[in-house]
Amino acid sequence: MSIVIRNVSKRFGDFVALDDVSLEVEGGSLTALLGPSGSGKSTLLRIIAGLEWPDAGEVELSGEDATALRPQKRNVGFVFQHYAAFKHRTVRDNVAFGLKVRRRPKAEIRERVDSLLQLVQLEAFGHRYPAQLSGGQRQRMALARALAPDPQVLLLDEPFGALDARVRAELREWLRRLHDEVHVTTIFVTHDQAEAMDVASQIAVMNHAHVEQVGSPTELYDTPQTEFVMRFVGEANRLGDRWVRPHELEVLDRPEAPSRR
Amino acid sequence: MTTESLRARVGRLTVRSIALAYLLAILVGPLAMVFWRTFETGFDAAWNALSTPETLNAFKLTLLIAAIAVPLNTVFGVICGLAIVRHDFPGKGFLNAFVDLPLALSPVVVGLSLFLLYGREGWFGGWLEEHDFQVLFALPSMVLATVFVSLPFVCRAVVPTLREIGDEQEQAASTLGASRWQTLWRITLPSIRWAVIYGVVLTTARCLGEYGAVAVVSGRVQGQTETATLRVEERYDSFDVQGAYAISLVLALIAILVLIAMTVLKPKETTA
Repeated sequence: MSIVIRNVSKRFGDFVALDDVSLEVEGGSLTALLGPSGSGKSTLLRIIAGLEWPDAGEVELSGEDATALRPQKRNVGFVFQHYAAFKHRTVRDNVAFGLKVRRRPKAEIRERVDSLLQLVQLEAFGHRYPAQLSGGQRQRMALARALAPDPQVLLLDEPFGALDARVRAELREWLRRLHDEVHVTTIFVTHDQAEAMDVASQIAVMNHAHVEQVGSPTELYDTPQTEFVMRFVGEANRLGDRWVRPHELEVLDRPEAPSRR
Repeated sequence: MTTESLRARVGRLTVRSIALAYLLAILVGPLAMVFWRTFETGFDAAWNALSTPETLNAFKLTLLIAAIAVPLNTVFGVICGLAIVRHDFPGKGFLNAFVDLPLALSPVVVGLSLFLLYGREGWFGGWLEEHDFQVLFALPSMVLATVFVSLPFVCRAVVPTLREIGDEQEQAASTLGASRWQTLWRITLPSIRWAVIYGVVLTTARCLGEYGAVAVVSGRVQGQTETATLRVEERYDSFDVQGAYAISLVLALIAILVLIAMTVLKPKETTA
């Protein structure tokens, strides 16, 4: 269930998407890949899923080399920003897809789909088509679909990016609860630092095709190792040539010798 | 301002009348004429003209050729569309341009080129003759000619739909454990089915109406290698105008059916 990325590089024409990136993700953890657009975070996620091939480097899933495996052999669940719902299939059929292609017995499929629809609170919508669902409902359906074949890894590519703020907050909360219940190793990509801090237990901050720092939200906030992390994660102000967090500032009503440093 | 609105109305009316007049003169008039002439001397005469063994055979041959050419071009068109939209390979631009060639090339030229290939003096002609396999003046060359002229329609109908649906659904299917074959049958083909059907309808219409290329390669042996369109001309040349009109009418009716099928299918373009 653990994921190891070793010295992975990827370019698209002249654009360098990933430059010698290494990252380890513990089994059962909930990790965020955080960075501005174009930092390579989605590409890294797609390489883990097998949807892109790295130019160099290795991907290990559960201790086994998966670099050359096709996506269908990797047993990962992938959730796309724009849902990638199968438009010509009902909600039930969408969720059942991964089980049907594995030729599971019908009774088992029915049972599993029922319990997943319950998990994502779409029991009443099984016979609708994706076009008849709201954005939030479609993304929950996509999550159920990704979870159906019991993947060892769940990958989410800006899963809440296309939703409005209220639904986004709701689904965030819901994803964290889901992870507490299901315990599947989860990586999600986001450019929203508040979302990453709120949901993830570990965050990898990416910038310009590199991983800048990996750590818990607290570590990133309290001990940023680069100026980029300082500025991107949490609030920061520039004082002279230093960056400081708002809570590190003390406003005095009369001049005094500095108390700290 | 009343003069403004009046002018706009006159403008609209002019545009409409021009369009309608053009349509009447070019399309509706001649078609009505065919209809009129067919039944001029009564229904029985038209029926008799249609039920001669030669004419029946011509319709059978036309349908048989379409029954072979349409499935062939459907499979090729879907493969070709997938190759153009989903894959990158050297020569892709060439393929993309080449698919349209039959639209630009005169069917007579197609017929002549088949002659040059399969004729007695042609590249394959000698070999075929040795093995006693008749291509020219027989069904194979007529099918080849029809396949050629009706080649682009399925591919051209499928390409924009494939572009529009994108490949995210296919990627999702592959992460869910579907093989390429399963993805094709369960996701891609169902998503483009309306475009495929639309292409098939167009291909069928083109196959049934083909004249020029088939005229060159068939040899026009009555009751053997004469298709419905060739039969129309033969009847006309034999001063059997009634017969020519009757066959034309059946072909026109088939075309109208195809048109109805197209109108029913076409609005299914975008569903959120």
